[in-house]
Amino acid sequence: MIARIKTLAATALVASALAGPALAAGEVEIPKQDWSFSGVFGTFDRASLQRGFQVYQNVCASCHALKHVAYRNLVQLGYNEDEIKAIAAEKEVRDGPNDEGEMFNRPAKPSDRFVSPFANDEAARASNGGALPPDLSLIVDARVGGANYLYAVLTGYKDAPADVKIPDGMYYNASFTGSQIAMPPPLFPDGVTYGDNTPATIAQQAKDVSTFLAWASEPNLEQSKRTGVMVILFLLVFTGLLYATKRKIWASVH
Amino acid sequence: MAAKFENSIVRWIDHRLPIFTFMHHELHEYPTPKNLNYWWNFGSLAGIALVIMLISGITLAMHYTPHVDYAFDSVERIMRDVNYGWLIRYIHMNGASFFFIVVYIHIFRGLYFGSYKAPRELLWMLGVVIMLLMMATAFMGYVLPWGQMSFWGATVITNLFSAIPVVGESIVTWLWGGFAVDNPTLNRFFSLHYLLPFVIIGVVVLHLVALHRFGSNNPLGVDIKSAKDQIPFHPYYTVKDAFGLGVFLIVFSAVVFFAPNFFGEPDNYIPANPLVTPAHIVPEWYFLPFYAILRSIPDKLGGVLFMFGSIAVLFILPWLDRSPVRSGQFRPIFKIFFWILVVDVVALTYFGGKPAEGWYVIGSRFATAYYFIHFLLVLPLLSIFETPRQLPKSISEPVLGGGAGLAGAATAPRENDR
Repeated sequence: MIARIKTLAATALVASALAGPALAAGEVEIPKQDWSFSGVFGTFDRASLQRGFQVYQNVCASCHALKHVAYRNLVQLGYNEDEIKAIAAEKEVRDGPNDEGEMFNRPAKPSDRFVSPFANDEAARASNGGALPPDLSLIVDARVGGANYLYAVLTGYKDAPADVKIPDGMYYNASFTGSQIAMPPPLFPDGVTYGDNTPATIAQQAKDVSTFLAWASEPNLEQSKRTGVMVILFLLVFTGLLYATKRKIWASVH
Repeated sequence: MAAKFENSIVRWIDHRLPIFTFMHHELHEYPTPKNLNYWWNFGSLAGIALVIMLISGITLAMHYTPHVDYAFDSVERIMRDVNYGWLIRYIHMNGASFFFIVVYIHIFRGLYFGSYKAPRELLWMLGVVIMLLMMATAFMGYVLPWGQMSFWGATVITNLFSAIPVVGESIVTWLWGGFAVDNPTLNRFFSLHYLLPFVIIGVVVLHLVALHRFGSNNPLGVDIKSAKDQIPFHPYYTVKDAFGLGVFLIVFSAVVFFAPNFFGEPDNYIPANPLVTPAHIVPEWYFLPFYAILRSIPDKLGGVLFMFGSIAVLFILPWLDRSPVRSGQFRPIFKIFFWILVVDVVALTYFGGKPAEGWYVIGSRFATAYYFIHFLLVLPLLSIFETPRQLPKSISEPVLGGGAGLAGAATAPRENDR
């Protein structure tokens, strides 16, 4: 059940009038996917989160940083402390100065943020033909369409139509604004081997990594929705009582 | 009249510092028209929204770093590492939108029921001052997270002042504290964003003093004539306001917990980059009507003048609408034009969020023109040519039919000349 909607409708008609996400003519339609985390009671599918993390580690992390997320946050994905220590220790961080005043390298700890693949933006550009791979910590919040957009771009690589000329170093992507993207197609069938034997199709990998990055953007989404349900239930009862009180007090006036 | 307090400590304090008498006078026995409808809830709601913004904002300031290199990251630290930081920040972020929703409804209520008319002109004008202060505060607050829209919004809006002849450029440099929106700009915006809400409190106090001088207007727009027309503020309006607050909090919570980025702009989750201009620079939704007016004038200075003019006409509104009848209920033609104005402002909001091209430009020009025509032409002419319907003799007459007594709720008439 994929509802075709315009990117405009992603924020609903009222929002477009109010919040006014301006869209240029010729922007692409982003199909809406079913996400485990959408809806009032939505939660992140843990298995999908772990698979998505695997895709990020094996594919995205070679170019894209995730600097607002710490290794310790992976506990929310269902990893235990030892697993997280092992994941962190695969990377090295620059630390110091030590007692001798020297900077030194050490394995990353759970308290460290995800180690970025490049030392700085200039190094990232130099390795990527001038294009800067954006940090992915907030990518779902920072794009109109959110996870739907991410999924659409990751699955949007196609052969360019005959009349479209794609310059060297660029790739055709039907879902990307302008249809030209500097990122080479990142996902391939069975490009990763999932531990839980889920078939690693491009669509499956795109779905999983989008789920993982939605979590990275809003790690408090589950707590927010849980709290929200209780707050609103309380307020409904409380406001109902206030209404009854109001009726009783005003009875003598009407 | 001094109230009698049972508690001897309260009596001791009140004798020396009559704050309890004051509170009793202004919050308890304060005589209020008995026919206020739910549109009158939005004044107290605005006050509560201000308190919500102050508390959440002061808490955020404890964790925020006003520096171009750290501001964005410090906000993310609040979102991820500060206990319930995400909740505090989402409350503050959406609280701004809800504050404006409540205040805009409050203003349109005043427009429809003629609450700006004598003797409440200053009350109305103080309200317009509060709105202006809110806008300045909200604009500077939006800059603080230092995202793309923060930076480019600040650049566009501060650049408006360059339209002023001769001294414009100097003023912009002075506002920025440099030759571009940069760290000094962020620092002063943070300082002023923290200061202005307390200025708002001051003006709100004046707004309330002016309100309590003659008491609330009411849906019929006729003055309180006798004790039958009024009821004490407490418990009648305290409980009604409390119920309204409950409804408000349900809607507010729904957005904060389930769609916290509904009013937001995705681009503001991208750190500010002076080298990359976003495809469309859009202000927050509550500025869109004014933004539409600004862009609808082909000349920069003209646009700025019309934008500020759209608020200036509100200042002189009490002298534009000379009709002696306050309430729109008794003004058959005014009523129609009021709703046209509502549609017009919604249209301006819509056009403000669209790119300034093609049909949108034409639409926003018509909407801008009508906005000014409404205040400068329609209202003055209506004051002359409109025949209002017959006003009721008093508030209690249409409500109770025969003017039956209300012994239980009646209080002494308000002493207006205290």
